[in-house]
Amino acid sequence: MPEAAVQVRELTFGEAIREALAEEMRRDSRIVLLGEDVAEAGTTFKVLKGLVDEFGTSRVIDTPISEPGFTGLGVGAAMTGLRPIVDIMFGDFLTLVMDQVVNQAAKVHYMSGGAWKVPMVVRATMGATRRSAAQHSQSLHAWPSHVPGLKVVIPSTPYDAKGLMKTAIRDDNPVVFFEDKISYTKVKGPVPEGDYTIPFGVADIKRQGRDITLVGTSSMVQVALGAAAMLEEIGISAEVVDPRTTWPLDEKTLIESAKKTSRAIVIDEGSFRYGVTGEIASVIAEGAFFDLDGPVRRIGATHVPIPFSPPLEDATVPTERQVFEMARTMCNK
Amino acid sequence: MITQTKQAAGVDRDALVVRMYRQMMAIRLFEERVNDLYTRALMPGLAHLYIGEEAVAVGVCEALTRSDYITSTHRGHGHCLAKGAAPDRMFAELLGKKAGYCKGKGGSMHIADPATGNLGANAIVGGGAGIATGAAFSAKYLGTKQVSVCFFGEGALGQGILYEEMNLAQLWKLPVIYACENNLYNEYTHCSESTAGDMLARATAFGIAAEAVDGQDVRAVHAAASAFVERARAGEGPGFLLLNTYRYRGHHVGDIAREYYRQKQEEQFWTSERDPITLHGQWLIAQGTVDQAGLDSITSEIASEMDRAVEFAVNAPYPDVSEVGEDVYA
Repeated sequence: MPEAAVQVRELTFGEAIREALAEEMRRDSRIVLLGEDVAEAGTTFKVLKGLVDEFGTSRVIDTPISEPGFTGLGVGAAMTGLRPIVDIMFGDFLTLVMDQVVNQAAKVHYMSGGAWKVPMVVRATMGATRRSAAQHSQSLHAWPSHVPGLKVVIPSTPYDAKGLMKTAIRDDNPVVFFEDKISYTKVKGPVPEGDYTIPFGVADIKRQGRDITLVGTSSMVQVALGAAAMLEEIGISAEVVDPRTTWPLDEKTLIESAKKTSRAIVIDEGSFRYGVTGEIASVIAEGAFFDLDGPVRRIGATHVPIPFSPPLEDATVPTERQVFEMARTMCNK
Repeated sequence: MITQTKQAAGVDRDALVVRMYRQMMAIRLFEERVNDLYTRALMPGLAHLYIGEEAVAVGVCEALTRSDYITSTHRGHGHCLAKGAAPDRMFAELLGKKAGYCKGKGGSMHIADPATGNLGANAIVGGGAGIATGAAFSAKYLGTKQVSVCFFGEGALGQGILYEEMNLAQLWKLPVIYACENNLYNEYTHCSESTAGDMLARATAFGIAAEAVDGQDVRAVHAAASAFVERARAGEGPGFLLLNTYRYRGHHVGDIAREYYRQKQEEQFWTSERDPITLHGQWLIAQGTVDQAGLDSITSEIASEMDRAVEFAVNAPYPDVSEVGEDVYA
């Protein structure tokens, strides 16, 4: 008997995340979802729509507007037998839960000498260009990446989002999972039905190339792919690498790709200074130094609070054109 | 039949009140040795002593079962011992030794022990509030009937997280007791300079059952805690205990010159008139439960146990440097 073929559908990024959550919640009754308007409203982005109908309000739990409260409660619940997923509606609100995530969740295992574990997922959104201004638009994934004890996931495609969410839920550590808001409905892609997981710390080469490596994270993978298509037209073959998790970080794939192409640009939507681009660029510079034609370049969000006015906001986010121009200069074309 | 039950209850009661004396004395003698180790420079870091507040930890923890949960504070040695921690592994942790409860990685302010339901001491003031409330959430979700106690000092009344957790606990009727140890001082500042209004009202505003208790009277603490624990276990929701007590020593061992924030006469009043161990000992003798010789033998027994525990810890090896990267991730 041949095995039944796995159905692969086109899903949006948001649908893939919802499917991962639903499948995991069916598999494990210890999983609970906590957050503001996660139940009947299905979150402000409607990503969780319908989950409360299947799992009920004892597992899909509307909380007060009290991020530290329900995140802190999640830490204690994770230590004592549950696998909570807390929903930080806007990633900007991570500032409110930093003590619970950084001083509590991230350190409980180490401080207790391995006695206690915190199997918890903190879902947070990221990404600008929704005209939401400075407190609803930031990409703060560099912050948890700086903290030992946390793992940080930053998927770019529906396929990756589903597989990585399952891994996050099954991980025995606190995992911060960043979801790009624009991608929820805008990014579509093939997603297999049923169970599969993607390991942390394994980058994915989204496009093979010879002349330059474009490292992109989250929505910047689309930007890198767009730039790669433009570069192809002028005869430059760009490789696009998506680390998928900022910690653990797949240093080997990043270095190997840069060694092969001899040039690299790192593109990330976080603020340019002291961010993910700096860390990844340094990994590549140290690991591929003798194979590089020049310094590793970086493109991040402009180092300003994100403005409201559309032309101003758009000017802060890395674009395909910027990547294209930088790559062309680096390749002397 | 009734008489026999009463007799049995009387025996249990006698065992309980004597055990509470023993536990309080254990904490006192443990802490005196901590002071000694610290002043002899054998203990690194900071030492926040619980001396004077023993009736709080013991009265509350004697109302719990071993599998019930607690969260503790930077002044946490008393809670950990009262919940069942072994002095030798406690001392070892305080000295940063591998045999300690946290393999030397946590130290004095982070003792944790799953075997006794100790979710961990926390060096962020109010830092245990989320964890304790979350443990109560698990207990309710899983139907385990466990109760969770969040110990914190009155200084934590200034932290917003406490109120967020109390709100959730009352909304969802979680089995958690907020045990506020009012030792009058937020570090070096009297609580009247930091805390507006009525402390109990901060719980009753949420509709949480709240009671103020003489924290120097171990039997009163035990009675109040038992009633709240019973309510919580029965699914009737959280409770808030305001335990009025006194920190005999400084904020930490090095806080010796304290006259700029409190008077010696005040300290003398509490130590001579309101000492929880002396008061309970006198009561035990007056009741005829134990005589002075009985109390003395408890004390000397504990003293030798503590001396052995110190010796164990002093002689125990430090962790190997290669262990520094272990336990970051599960």
